[in-house]
Amino acid sequence: MAVFEMRNARKAFGLLEVLKGVSLKVEKGEVVSIIGPSGGGKSTMLRCATLLETMDSGTLAYGENVAAREENGKSVYAGKAALAQVRRQFGLVFQQFDLFPHYTVLKNVCDAPISVQKRDKAEVEAEAMALLDKMGLKGKENAYPYQLSGGQQQRVAIARALAMKPEILFFDEPTSALDPLLTGEVLRVIRSLADEHMTMVIVTHEMPFARAVSDRVVFLDGGVIVEQGSPEQVFENPQQERTREFLKSYRETSGAQA
Amino acid sequence: MTVSTMLSLLSEGFVTSLLIFALTLLFSMPLGLAVMFGRRSRLTPLRGFIKAYISIMRGTPLMLQLMVVFYGPKLLLGVTVPGNWRFTAVIVAFVINYAAYFAEIYRGGIESIPRGQYEAAQVLGYTKAQTFFKIILPQMVKRVIPAVTNEVITLVKDTSLASVIGTVEMFTRAKQIVASPNTPGMLALVAAGVFYYVFNYVVAFAMEKWEQVLRYYR
Repeated sequence: MAVFEMRNARKAFGLLEVLKGVSLKVEKGEVVSIIGPSGGGKSTMLRCATLLETMDSGTLAYGENVAAREENGKSVYAGKAALAQVRRQFGLVFQQFDLFPHYTVLKNVCDAPISVQKRDKAEVEAEAMALLDKMGLKGKENAYPYQLSGGQQQRVAIARALAMKPEILFFDEPTSALDPLLTGEVLRVIRSLADEHMTMVIVTHEMPFARAVSDRVVFLDGGVIVEQGSPEQVFENPQQERTREFLKSYRETSGAQA
Repeated sequence: MTVSTMLSLLSEGFVTSLLIFALTLLFSMPLGLAVMFGRRSRLTPLRGFIKAYISIMRGTPLMLQLMVVFYGPKLLLGVTVPGNWRFTAVIVAFVINYAAYFAEIYRGGIESIPRGQYEAAQVLGYTKAQTFFKIILPQMVKRVIPAVTNEVITLVKDTSLASVIGTVEMFTRAKQIVASPNTPGMLALVAAGVFYYVFNYVVAFAMEKWEQVLRYYR
Protein backbone atom coordinates (compact mmCIF):
# COMPACT_ATOMS: atom_id res chain seq x y z
CA MET A 1 0.00 0.00 0.00
CA ALA A 2 1.24 3.45 -0.91
CA VAL A 3 2.41 5.63 1.96
CA PHE A 4 0.73 8.60 0.36
CA GLU A 5 -1.84 8.91 -2.35
CA MET A 6 -3.53 11.98 -3.73
CA ARG A 7 -5.96 11.51 -6.59
CA ASN A 8 -7.33 14.04 -8.98
CA ALA A 9 -6.83 17.00 -6.64
CA ARG A 10 -8.45 20.22 -7.73
CA LYS A 11 -8.15 23.53 -5.96
CA ALA A 12 -9.24 27.01 -6.97
CA PHE A 13 -8.75 30.31 -5.18
CA GLY A 14 -11.74 32.30 -6.42
CA LEU A 15 -11.57 32.14 -10.19
CA LEU A 16 -7.95 31.08 -10.24
CA GLU A 17 -7.66 27.34 -10.71
CA VAL A 18 -4.36 26.34 -9.15
CA LEU A 19 -4.63 22.55 -9.21
CA LYS A 20 -6.45 21.02 -12.15
CA GLY A 21 -6.54 17.37 -11.27
CA VAL A 22 -3.22 16.31 -9.77
CA SER A 23 -2.55 12.70 -8.79
CA LEU A 24 0.51 11.52 -6.92
CA LYS A 25 1.27 8.21 -5.29
CA VAL A 26 4.39 7.68 -3.17
CA GLU A 27 5.62 4.27 -2.12
CA LYS A 28 7.57 3.50 1.03
CA GLY A 29 11.21 4.53 0.78
CA GLU A 30 10.66 6.57 -2.35
CA VAL A 31 12.14 10.03 -2.80
CA VAL A 32 10.09 12.24 -5.11
CA SER A 33 11.13 15.70 -6.20
CA ILE A 34 8.60 18.15 -7.52
CA ILE A 35 9.99 20.79 -9.84
CA GLY A 36 8.36 23.46 -11.96
CA PRO A 37 7.92 27.20 -12.32
CA SER A 38 6.61 29.40 -9.50
CA GLY A 39 2.85 29.65 -9.59
CA GLY A 40 2.62 26.22 -11.18
CA GLY A 41 0.85 24.71 -8.18
CA LYS A 42 3.74 23.02 -6.33
CA SER A 43 3.21 24.72 -3.00
CA THR A 44 -0.59 24.43 -3.18
CA MET A 45 -0.26 20.74 -3.84
CA LEU A 46 2.00 20.33 -0.83
CA ARG A 47 -0.34 22.41 1.32
CA CYS A 48 -3.29 20.24 0.27
CA ALA A 49 -1.28 17.11 1.01
CA THR A 50 -0.44 18.38 4.52
CA LEU A 51 -3.98 19.57 5.27
CA LEU A 52 -3.02 23.23 5.39
CA GLU A 53 -5.45 23.76 2.51
CA THR A 54 -8.54 21.78 1.63
CA MET A 55 -9.04 20.42 -1.87
CA ASP A 56 -12.20 21.30 -3.77
CA SER A 57 -12.33 17.83 -5.20
CA GLY A 58 -10.15 14.74 -5.18
CA THR A 59 -9.13 12.19 -2.58
CA LEU A 60 -6.28 12.02 -0.11
CA ALA A 61 -4.99 9.06 1.89
CA TYR A 62 -2.00 8.09 4.00
CA GLY A 63 -1.69 4.32 4.03
CA GLU A 64 -4.99 3.06 5.37
CA ASN A 65 -5.92 6.44 6.79
CA VAL A 66 -8.28 8.31 4.50
CA ALA A 67 -8.13 12.07 4.93
CA ALA A 68 -10.57 12.97 2.15
CA ARG A 69 -12.87 10.97 -0.09
CA GLU A 70 -14.92 12.24 -2.97
CA GLU A 71 -18.69 12.55 -3.07
CA ASN A 72 -20.61 14.13 -5.96
CA GLY A 73 -17.43 15.67 -7.29
CA LYS A 74 -16.50 17.29 -3.97
CA SER A 75 -13.85 16.38 -1.43
CA VAL A 76 -15.34 15.26 1.87
CA TYR A 77 -12.86 15.38 4.73
CA ALA A 78 -12.76 12.91 7.60
CA GLY A 79 -13.67 13.94 11.15
CA LYS A 80 -11.39 15.67 13.63
CA ALA A 81 -10.10 12.49 15.28
CA ALA A 82 -9.39 10.79 11.95
CA LEU A 83 -7.54 13.86 10.68
CA ALA A 84 -5.49 13.95 13.88
CA GLN A 85 -4.53 10.36 13.11
CA VAL A 86 -3.63 11.35 9.54
CA ARG A 87 -1.41 14.16 10.83
CA ARG A 88 0.68 11.63 12.70
CA GLN A 89 1.63 10.07 9.38
CA PHE A 90 3.47 12.99 7.84
CA GLY A 91 5.89 15.78 8.63
CA LEU A 92 6.48 19.08 6.84
CA VAL A 93 9.57 21.25 6.62
CA PHE A 94 8.77 24.85 5.73
CA GLN A 95 10.57 27.29 3.49
CA GLN A 96 10.84 29.79 6.37
CA PHE A 97 11.67 27.09 9.00
CA ASP A 98 8.91 28.39 11.32
CA LEU A 99 10.61 27.27 14.50
CA PHE A 100 9.02 28.39 17.76
CA PRO A 101 11.21 31.36 18.75
CA HIS A 102 10.43 31.16 22.48
CA TYR A 103 11.55 27.53 22.76
CA THR A 104 15.11 26.26 22.89
CA VAL A 105 16.31 24.00 20.10
CA LEU A 106 15.71 20.95 22.29
CA LYS A 107 12.20 22.05 23.22
CA ASN A 108 11.36 22.80 19.60
CA VAL A 109 12.20 19.20 18.81
CA CYS A 110 10.70 17.58 21.92
CA ASP A 111 7.57 19.49 22.71
CA ALA A 112 5.21 17.99 20.14
CA PRO A 113 6.20 14.35 20.79
CA ILE A 114 5.71 14.98 24.51
CA SER A 115 2.58 17.12 24.54
CA VAL A 116 0.86 15.88 21.37
CA GLN A 117 1.93 12.24 21.16
CA LYS A 118 2.11 11.98 24.98
CA ARG A 119 5.35 10.07 24.83
CA ASP A 120 7.80 9.64 27.68
CA LYS A 121 9.82 12.81 28.22
CA ALA A 122 13.18 11.19 28.97
CA GLU A 123 12.91 8.87 25.99
CA VAL A 124 11.91 11.70 23.62
CA GLU A 125 14.77 13.86 24.86
CA ALA A 126 17.30 11.11 24.36
CA GLU A 127 16.05 10.57 20.82
CA ALA A 128 16.07 14.30 20.18
CA MET A 129 19.69 14.59 21.29
CA ALA A 130 20.63 11.80 18.89
CA LEU A 131 18.70 13.49 16.07
CA LEU A 132 20.38 16.84 16.73
CA ASP A 133 23.73 15.11 16.72
CA LYS A 134 22.91 13.55 13.37
CA MET A 135 21.90 16.99 12.03
CA GLY A 136 25.30 18.35 13.03
CA LEU A 137 23.81 20.41 15.85
CA LYS A 138 25.56 18.91 18.82
CA GLY A 139 25.93 21.48 21.59
CA LYS A 140 23.15 23.68 20.20
CA GLU A 141 20.33 22.11 22.21
CA ASN A 142 20.03 25.01 24.63
CA ALA A 143 20.31 27.76 22.00
CA TYR A 144 17.30 29.76 20.87
CA PRO A 145 16.44 29.88 17.16
CA TYR A 146 17.53 33.53 16.76
CA GLN A 147 21.06 32.52 17.80
CA LEU A 148 21.38 30.10 14.87
CA SER A 149 22.12 30.58 11.18
CA GLY A 150 19.36 29.90 8.67
CA GLY A 151 20.92 26.58 7.75
CA GLN A 152 21.09 25.51 11.39
CA GLN A 153 17.49 26.61 11.93
CA GLN A 154 16.36 24.55 8.98
CA ARG A 155 18.21 21.51 10.31
CA VAL A 156 16.44 21.98 13.65
CA ALA A 157 13.16 22.12 11.72
CA ILE A 158 14.04 18.82 10.03
CA ALA A 159 14.86 17.29 13.42
CA ARG A 160 11.56 18.63 14.78
CA ALA A 161 9.66 16.91 11.97
CA LEU A 162 11.61 13.65 12.34
CA ALA A 163 11.04 13.52 16.11
CA MET A 164 7.37 12.83 15.35
CA LYS A 165 8.44 9.65 13.53
CA PRO A 166 6.47 10.37 10.38
CA GLU A 167 5.92 7.81 7.62
CA ILE A 168 6.62 10.48 5.03
CA LEU A 169 8.33 13.85 5.13
CA PHE A 170 7.43 16.78 2.89
CA PHE A 171 9.78 19.66 2.14
CA ASP A 172 8.46 22.96 0.78
CA GLU A 173 11.43 24.63 -0.93
CA PRO A 174 13.62 23.96 2.11
CA THR A 175 16.60 25.96 0.85
CA SER A 176 14.92 28.90 -0.88
CA ALA A 177 15.58 31.21 2.06
CA LEU A 178 19.25 30.22 2.32
CA ASP A 179 22.48 31.32 0.67
CA PRO A 180 24.46 28.71 -1.33
CA LEU A 181 26.74 27.73 1.54
CA LEU A 182 23.87 27.12 3.95
CA THR A 183 21.89 25.45 1.17
CA GLY A 184 24.66 22.89 0.86
CA GLU A 185 24.56 21.90 4.52
CA VAL A 186 20.78 21.44 4.47
CA LEU A 187 20.88 19.44 1.24
CA ARG A 188 23.55 17.15 2.73
CA VAL A 189 21.20 16.37 5.61
CA ILE A 190 18.32 15.60 3.25
CA ARG A 191 20.58 13.44 1.16
CA SER A 192 21.61 11.43 4.23
CA LEU A 193 17.93 10.84 4.94
CA ALA A 194 17.46 9.62 1.38
CA ASP A 195 20.35 7.20 1.91
CA GLU A 196 18.43 5.78 4.87
CA HIS A 197 15.36 5.39 2.63
CA MET A 198 13.23 7.94 4.39
CA THR A 199 10.10 8.46 2.28
CA MET A 200 10.21 12.07 1.09
CA VAL A 201 8.50 14.52 -1.24
CA ILE A 202 10.65 17.54 -1.95
CA VAL A 203 9.49 20.68 -3.70
CA THR A 204 12.69 22.32 -4.89
CA HIS A 205 14.39 24.61 -7.35
CA GLU A 206 17.75 22.88 -6.80
CA MET A 207 17.91 20.88 -10.01
CA PRO A 208 21.28 19.14 -9.53
CA PHE A 209 20.13 18.12 -6.07
CA ALA A 210 16.77 16.83 -7.31
CA ARG A 211 18.56 14.85 -9.93
CA ALA A 212 21.04 13.32 -7.53
CA VAL A 213 18.72 12.45 -4.71
CA SER A 214 15.38 11.48 -6.27
CA ASP A 215 13.95 8.18 -7.41
CA ARG A 216 11.34 10.09 -9.37
CA VAL A 217 11.02 13.65 -10.61
CA VAL A 218 7.64 15.27 -11.17
CA PHE A 219 7.30 18.37 -13.33
CA LEU A 220 4.28 20.40 -12.30
CA ASP A 221 3.12 23.38 -14.36
CA GLY A 222 -0.20 25.11 -14.89
CA GLY A 223 -1.83 23.03 -12.18
CA VAL A 224 -1.16 19.68 -13.85
CA ILE A 225 1.61 17.11 -13.77
CA VAL A 226 3.10 17.64 -17.20
CA GLU A 227 5.65 14.89 -16.99
CA GLN A 228 7.23 12.51 -14.52
CA GLY A 229 9.85 9.82 -14.53
CA SER A 230 13.31 8.92 -13.36
CA PRO A 231 15.73 11.85 -13.01
CA GLU A 232 17.60 10.67 -16.13
CA GLN A 233 14.38 10.61 -18.18
CA VAL A 234 13.09 13.99 -17.06
CA PHE A 235 16.40 15.84 -17.15
CA GLU A 236 18.07 14.22 -20.15
CA ASN A 237 15.23 13.18 -22.33
CA PRO A 238 12.13 15.20 -21.49
CA GLN A 239 9.15 14.22 -23.62
CA GLN A 240 7.09 17.36 -23.25
CA GLU A 241 7.80 20.74 -24.81
CA ARG A 242 6.96 22.60 -21.57
CA THR A 243 9.46 20.51 -19.62
CA ARG A 244 12.16 21.21 -22.20
CA GLU A 245 11.45 24.93 -22.07
CA PHE A 246 11.54 25.01 -18.29
CA LEU A 247 14.83 23.12 -18.09
CA LYS A 248 16.33 25.23 -20.85
CA SER A 249 15.49 28.51 -19.14
CA TYR A 250 16.76 27.04 -15.88
CA ARG A 251 20.10 26.13 -17.48
CA GLU A 252 20.41 29.54 -19.12
CA THR A 253 19.84 31.47 -15.90
CA SER A 254 21.80 29.27 -13.52
CA GLY A 255 24.65 28.24 -15.76
CA ALA A 256 24.61 24.93 -13.92
CA GLN A 257 24.29 21.61 -15.62
CA ALA A 258 21.24 19.70 -14.56
CA MET B 1 -4.31 71.18 59.50
CA THR B 2 -0.78 69.95 59.87
CA VAL B 3 1.24 68.51 57.06
CA SER B 4 1.21 65.08 58.68
CA THR B 5 -2.61 65.10 58.95
CA MET B 6 -2.73 66.06 55.29
CA LEU B 7 -0.41 63.24 54.33
CA SER B 8 -2.36 60.70 56.33
CA LEU B 9 -5.61 61.83 54.64
CA LEU B 10 -3.97 61.51 51.24
CA SER B 11 -2.55 58.09 52.11
CA GLU B 12 -6.01 56.89 53.08
CA GLY B 13 -7.25 58.03 49.70
CA PHE B 14 -4.28 56.42 48.05
CA VAL B 15 -5.28 53.02 49.40
CA THR B 16 -8.62 53.38 47.59
CA SER B 17 -6.86 54.51 44.41
CA LEU B 18 -4.59 51.49 44.66
CA LEU B 19 -7.59 49.21 45.13
CA ILE B 20 -9.32 50.63 42.04
CA PHE B 21 -6.09 50.17 40.08
CA ALA B 22 -5.51 46.58 41.19
CA LEU B 23 -9.09 45.37 40.79
CA THR B 24 -9.37 47.00 37.36
CA LEU B 25 -6.23 45.25 36.13
CA LEU B 26 -7.20 41.95 37.73
CA PHE B 27 -10.51 41.82 35.84
CA SER B 28 -9.92 43.83 32.68
CA MET B 29 -6.78 42.03 31.48
CA PRO B 30 -8.42 38.57 31.21
CA LEU B 31 -11.73 40.10 30.10
CA GLY B 32 -9.81 41.87 27.32
CA LEU B 33 -8.68 38.45 26.10
CA ALA B 34 -12.30 37.28 25.86
CA VAL B 35 -13.29 40.51 24.11
CA MET B 36 -10.41 40.05 21.66
CA PHE B 37 -11.68 36.57 20.79
CA GLY B 38 -15.15 38.03 20.23
CA ARG B 39 -13.69 40.75 18.03
CA ARG B 40 -11.96 38.08 15.90
CA SER B 41 -14.91 35.69 15.91
CA ARG B 42 -16.26 34.29 12.67
CA LEU B 43 -19.80 34.87 13.99
CA THR B 44 -20.79 38.13 12.38
CA PRO B 45 -23.38 39.20 15.02
CA LEU B 46 -20.94 38.60 17.88
CA ARG B 47 -18.17 40.42 16.05
CA GLY B 48 -20.51 43.33 15.28
CA PHE B 49 -21.63 43.56 18.89
CA ILE B 50 -18.03 43.58 20.16
CA LYS B 51 -17.03 46.20 17.59
CA ALA B 52 -19.89 48.45 18.71
CA TYR B 53 -18.94 47.95 22.37
CA ILE B 54 -15.29 48.81 21.73
CA SER B 55 -16.32 51.81 19.67
CA ILE B 56 -18.50 53.19 22.47
CA MET B 57 -15.89 52.55 25.16
CA ARG B 58 -13.22 54.35 23.14
CA GLY B 59 -15.49 57.03 21.75
CA THR B 60 -16.98 58.44 24.97
CA PRO B 61 -15.28 59.86 28.07
CA LEU B 62 -14.58 57.43 30.91
CA MET B 63 -15.89 60.12 33.25
CA LEU B 64 -19.28 59.94 31.50
CA GLN B 65 -19.22 56.13 31.54
CA LEU B 66 -18.64 56.21 35.29
CA MET B 67 -21.71 58.39 35.75
CA VAL B 68 -23.87 56.21 33.49
CA VAL B 69 -22.91 53.05 35.34
CA PHE B 70 -23.37 54.62 38.76
CA TYR B 71 -26.63 56.53 38.15
CA GLY B 72 -28.02 54.23 35.44
CA PRO B 73 -29.81 51.65 37.60
CA LYS B 74 -31.56 54.39 39.58
CA LEU B 75 -32.42 56.72 36.68
CA LEU B 76 -33.33 54.09 34.09
CA LEU B 77 -34.83 51.31 36.17
CA GLY B 78 -35.62 52.97 39.48
CA VAL B 79 -33.58 50.30 41.17
CA THR B 80 -31.35 50.90 44.13
CA VAL B 81 -28.51 48.46 44.07
CA PRO B 82 -27.77 47.15 47.57
CA GLY B 83 -24.30 47.16 49.09
CA ASN B 84 -21.53 49.59 48.29
CA TRP B 85 -22.75 50.35 44.77
CA ARG B 86 -20.61 53.46 44.48
CA PHE B 87 -17.39 51.50 44.65
CA THR B 88 -18.73 48.55 42.63
CA ALA B 89 -19.87 50.94 39.90
CA VAL B 90 -16.35 52.41 39.74
CA ILE B 91 -14.83 48.96 39.25
CA VAL B 92 -17.47 47.92 36.69
CA ALA B 93 -16.99 51.08 34.64
CA PHE B 94 -13.19 50.88 34.74
CA VAL B 95 -13.14 47.17 33.91
CA ILE B 96 -15.41 47.37 30.87
CA ASN B 97 -13.58 50.46 29.61
CA TYR B 98 -10.07 49.05 30.02
CA ALA B 99 -11.05 45.61 28.68
CA ALA B 100 -11.95 47.28 25.39
CA TYR B 101 -8.51 48.89 25.12
CA PHE B 102 -6.67 45.75 26.19
CA ALA B 103 -8.64 43.72 23.64
CA GLU B 104 -7.42 45.94 20.83
CA ILE B 105 -3.84 45.83 22.09
CA TYR B 106 -3.97 42.03 22.29
CA ARG B 107 -5.49 41.90 18.81
CA GLY B 108 -2.60 43.93 17.43
CA GLY B 109 -0.18 41.51 19.09
CA ILE B 110 -1.87 38.35 17.92
CA GLU B 111 -2.26 39.56 14.35
CA SER B 112 1.44 40.36 14.13
CA ILE B 113 2.41 36.71 14.74
CA PRO B 114 3.40 35.04 11.46
CA ARG B 115 0.97 32.53 9.97
CA GLY B 116 3.82 30.01 9.86
CA GLN B 117 3.60 29.62 13.64
CA TYR B 118 0.01 28.40 13.38
CA GLU B 119 0.82 26.18 10.42
CA ALA B 120 3.85 24.61 12.10
CA ALA B 121 1.73 23.92 15.19
CA GLN B 122 -1.08 22.46 13.09
CA VAL B 123 1.21 20.13 11.17
CA LEU B 124 2.75 18.94 14.44
CA GLY B 125 -0.73 18.05 15.66
CA TYR B 126 -1.18 20.62 18.43
CA THR B 127 -4.84 21.22 19.30
CA LYS B 128 -6.27 24.74 18.92
CA ALA B 129 -6.03 25.29 22.69
CA GLN B 130 -2.44 24.01 22.85
CA THR B 131 -1.50 26.20 19.90
CA PHE B 132 -2.92 29.25 21.61
CA PHE B 133 -1.57 28.72 25.10
CA LYS B 134 1.82 27.19 24.25
CA ILE B 135 2.78 28.88 21.00
CA ILE B 136 0.78 32.04 20.38
CA LEU B 137 0.05 33.55 23.81
CA PRO B 138 3.68 33.70 25.06
CA GLN B 139 4.76 35.45 21.86
CA MET B 140 1.77 37.76 22.00
CA VAL B 141 2.57 38.79 25.59
CA LYS B 142 6.09 39.79 24.61
CA ARG B 143 4.83 41.86 21.70
CA VAL B 144 2.15 43.76 23.65
CA ILE B 145 4.11 44.69 26.78
CA PRO B 146 5.11 48.21 25.59
CA ALA B 147 1.52 49.06 24.65
CA VAL B 148 0.16 47.51 27.84
CA THR B 149 2.65 49.58 29.89
CA ASN B 150 1.19 52.74 28.35
CA GLU B 151 -2.30 51.62 29.28
CA VAL B 152 -1.39 50.68 32.85
CA ILE B 153 0.27 54.06 33.39
CA THR B 154 -2.82 55.80 32.07
CA LEU B 155 -4.92 53.73 34.46
CA VAL B 156 -2.94 54.99 37.47
CA LYS B 157 -3.86 58.56 36.55
CA ASP B 158 -7.42 57.66 35.48
CA THR B 159 -8.25 56.38 38.96
CA SER B 160 -8.70 60.08 39.82
CA LEU B 161 -11.81 60.10 37.61
CA ALA B 162 -13.62 58.02 40.24
CA SER B 163 -13.98 61.25 42.17
CA VAL B 164 -16.72 62.35 39.74
CA ILE B 165 -19.23 60.04 41.46
CA GLY B 166 -17.92 60.84 44.92
CA THR B 167 -15.56 57.94 45.53
CA VAL B 168 -13.14 59.04 48.20
CA GLU B 169 -9.84 58.18 46.57
CA MET B 170 -6.66 60.23 46.64
CA PHE B 171 -7.74 62.91 44.16
CA THR B 172 -11.02 63.50 46.02
CA ARG B 173 -9.04 63.87 49.25
CA ALA B 174 -6.71 66.38 47.63
CA LYS B 175 -9.66 68.45 46.41
CA GLN B 176 -11.22 68.37 49.87
CA ILE B 177 -8.01 69.57 51.47
CA VAL B 178 -7.72 72.41 48.97
CA ALA B 179 -11.32 73.46 49.63
CA SER B 180 -11.13 73.52 53.43
CA PRO B 181 -9.93 76.67 55.20
CA ASN B 182 -6.51 76.90 56.84
CA THR B 183 -5.03 73.94 55.00
CA PRO B 184 -1.81 73.61 52.99
CA GLY B 185 -3.84 73.39 49.75
CA MET B 186 -1.08 73.79 47.21
CA LEU B 187 1.05 71.36 49.14
CA ALA B 188 -1.76 68.76 49.02
CA LEU B 189 -1.92 69.00 45.23
CA VAL B 190 1.83 68.69 44.89
CA ALA B 191 1.88 65.76 47.32
CA ALA B 192 -0.88 63.99 45.37
CA GLY B 193 1.11 64.57 42.20
CA VAL B 194 4.16 63.02 43.85
CA PHE B 195 2.10 59.98 44.89
CA TYR B 196 0.88 59.45 41.32
CA TYR B 197 4.34 59.99 39.90
CA VAL B 198 6.08 57.57 42.27
CA PHE B 199 3.37 54.99 41.69
CA ASN B 200 3.87 55.26 37.94
CA TYR B 201 7.60 55.16 38.32
CA VAL B 202 7.24 51.81 40.08
CA VAL B 203 4.82 50.59 37.38
CA ALA B 204 7.19 51.57 34.58
CA PHE B 205 10.12 49.98 36.40
CA ALA B 206 8.26 46.70 36.92
CA MET B 207 7.11 46.55 33.31
CA GLU B 208 10.62 47.22 32.07
CA LYS B 209 11.91 44.37 34.24
CA TRP B 210 9.27 42.09 32.73
CA GLU B 211 10.34 43.13 29.24
CA GLN B 212 13.94 42.32 30.14
CA VAL B 213 12.94 38.89 31.42
CA LEU B 214 11.34 38.12 28.05
CA ARG B 215 14.39 39.30 26.15
CA TYR B 216 15.86 35.79 26.19
CA TYR B 217 14.44 35.24 22.72
CA ARG B 218 13.69 37.30 19.64
